[in-house]
Amino acid sequence: MSVPKIRIRGLHKAFGPKKVLTGLDLDVGARESVVIIGGSGTGKSVLLKCILGLLEPDAGSIQIDGEEVVGMSVGERERVNRKVGMLFQGAALFDSLTVWENTAFGLIQARGLAHQEAKTIALSKLSQVGLGPEVGELSPAELSGGMRKRVGLARAIATEPEIVFFDEPTTGLDPIMGDVINDLIVKCIRELGASGLSITHDMASARKIADRIAMLYEGKIIWAGPVPEIDRSNNPYIDQFIHGRAEGPIKMQVRA
Amino acid sequence: MPIITPIGRVVLSFLAAAGRLTLFALNGLQHCFRPPFFPRLIGHQMMEIGYYSLPVVGLTAIFTGMVLALQSYTGFSRFNAESAIATVVVLSVTRELGPVLAGLMVAGRIGAAMAAEIGTMRVTEQIDALTTLSTNPFKYLIAPRLIAGVLMLPCLVVVADIIGVFGGYLISVYKLGFNPSTYIKNTWDFLTVMDVVSGLVKAAVFGFLVALMGCYHGYHSQGGAQGVGQATTNAVVSASILILAFNYMITSMFFGS
Repeated sequence: MSVPKIRIRGLHKAFGPKKVLTGLDLDVGARESVVIIGGSGTGKSVLLKCILGLLEPDAGSIQIDGEEVVGMSVGERERVNRKVGMLFQGAALFDSLTVWENTAFGLIQARGLAHQEAKTIALSKLSQVGLGPEVGELSPAELSGGMRKRVGLARAIATEPEIVFFDEPTTGLDPIMGDVINDLIVKCIRELGASGLSITHDMASARKIADRIAMLYEGKIIWAGPVPEIDRSNNPYIDQFIHGRAEGPIKMQVRA
Repeated sequence: MPIITPIGRVVLSFLAAAGRLTLFALNGLQHCFRPPFFPRLIGHQMMEIGYYSLPVVGLTAIFTGMVLALQSYTGFSRFNAESAIATVVVLSVTRELGPVLAGLMVAGRIGAAMAAEIGTMRVTEQIDALTTLSTNPFKYLIAPRLIAGVLMLPCLVVVADIIGVFGGYLISVYKLGFNPSTYIKNTWDFLTVMDVVSGLVKAAVFGFLVALMGCYHGYHSQGGAQGVGQATTNAVVSASILILAFNYMITSMFFGS
């Protein structure tokens, strides 16, 4: 097997006394879409932020394209981040810019494209996610939740990244819009030929966009396998999660 | 040692905060001098800080100049030293009140706005989004604000100086019955270049402090709307206190010996 796009070994991260990640291992292959599932507060977002360099892990190794990114300088990190795109949970669009400027942000800032050229690409990316050119002139505040997610997706794929991250892509959307976003994610990753790493607790979304599902529990990946196998994993943790039962081996901390 | 422990804890957390702030300031400064620059963003911030603060700074200055003339007349008329009013007004305004009051007004107007804007960007993950789009938030958000603060506050203070002196002139001539040309002559006679320059140096420092506090507290805000509110308060309070403290230090540097 070739070098995986992302290779994580023994990742540890704690906030004060609270250990969030305790020796996490994960590989994401080229052109592979991996979805990490897990309950709220299990550290899915922390994992994503560690990979993106927004948080510094306490110990462990993260390699992107075989390049160690833990402890990398800010400038080096910017270079590596040019290979990635990220769709944030709340889309995280810049409210001071219009929709097309948001979409073109990476093209203009990181790639140094001229405004007119970037705008042409941005508008074609917006049409790829089903938004017409008239939407490009709006400000993010004028958009609905589903549209914001689409713009966020267009921005994430605008620079044609090799790896795209998705933070709870369907959270806060109605089931139909959620499915539309899922379809768009699958389509966009395919067209780009990129690797995908998503975190979600929405099983319908996970089944749709994943090639492989991994379950995060108590700071480790406790199970990982192709999508069809998840229903016959015979893993009590997986069964409890995918069927959404309150009773089982996973004890939710109801009180913090 | 039940008394020493809490004292030590307070001292340590103060030192840690001072260190964090210093690192933040150095990091921000370094990006002010290294390309790429964002002229459009710097221009936008300069408009916000300079142009849109003109009314509030102007009003503050004119009333301060007026009240200075009125109060010094009350004092000086008792021993026939009315001619010193012009000198008192022009020196107080250029050396102290112009820069300090402009700094405080801008801290309330701009420091708060910066903390709220950057704080909201932090809690809605827009700052994280900048990083993932290979754009350094220090370069894109912090440096333009620091540059605009340092450049624009001296300009505001020049305007405040002129309007403040004019306020004193208005009261002296139209209310207290001074001869206009004598008043203007008295104003010019005792004014030195150093008086104005010291005020402008102060203004540049205050502009930096206001922008730095707004950015620092906004950048480190956490915990949603409440956190942003807290950051805004902290930005204004800390900027105001720093302005007063640095004002004393700069005054003693220029005029202490």
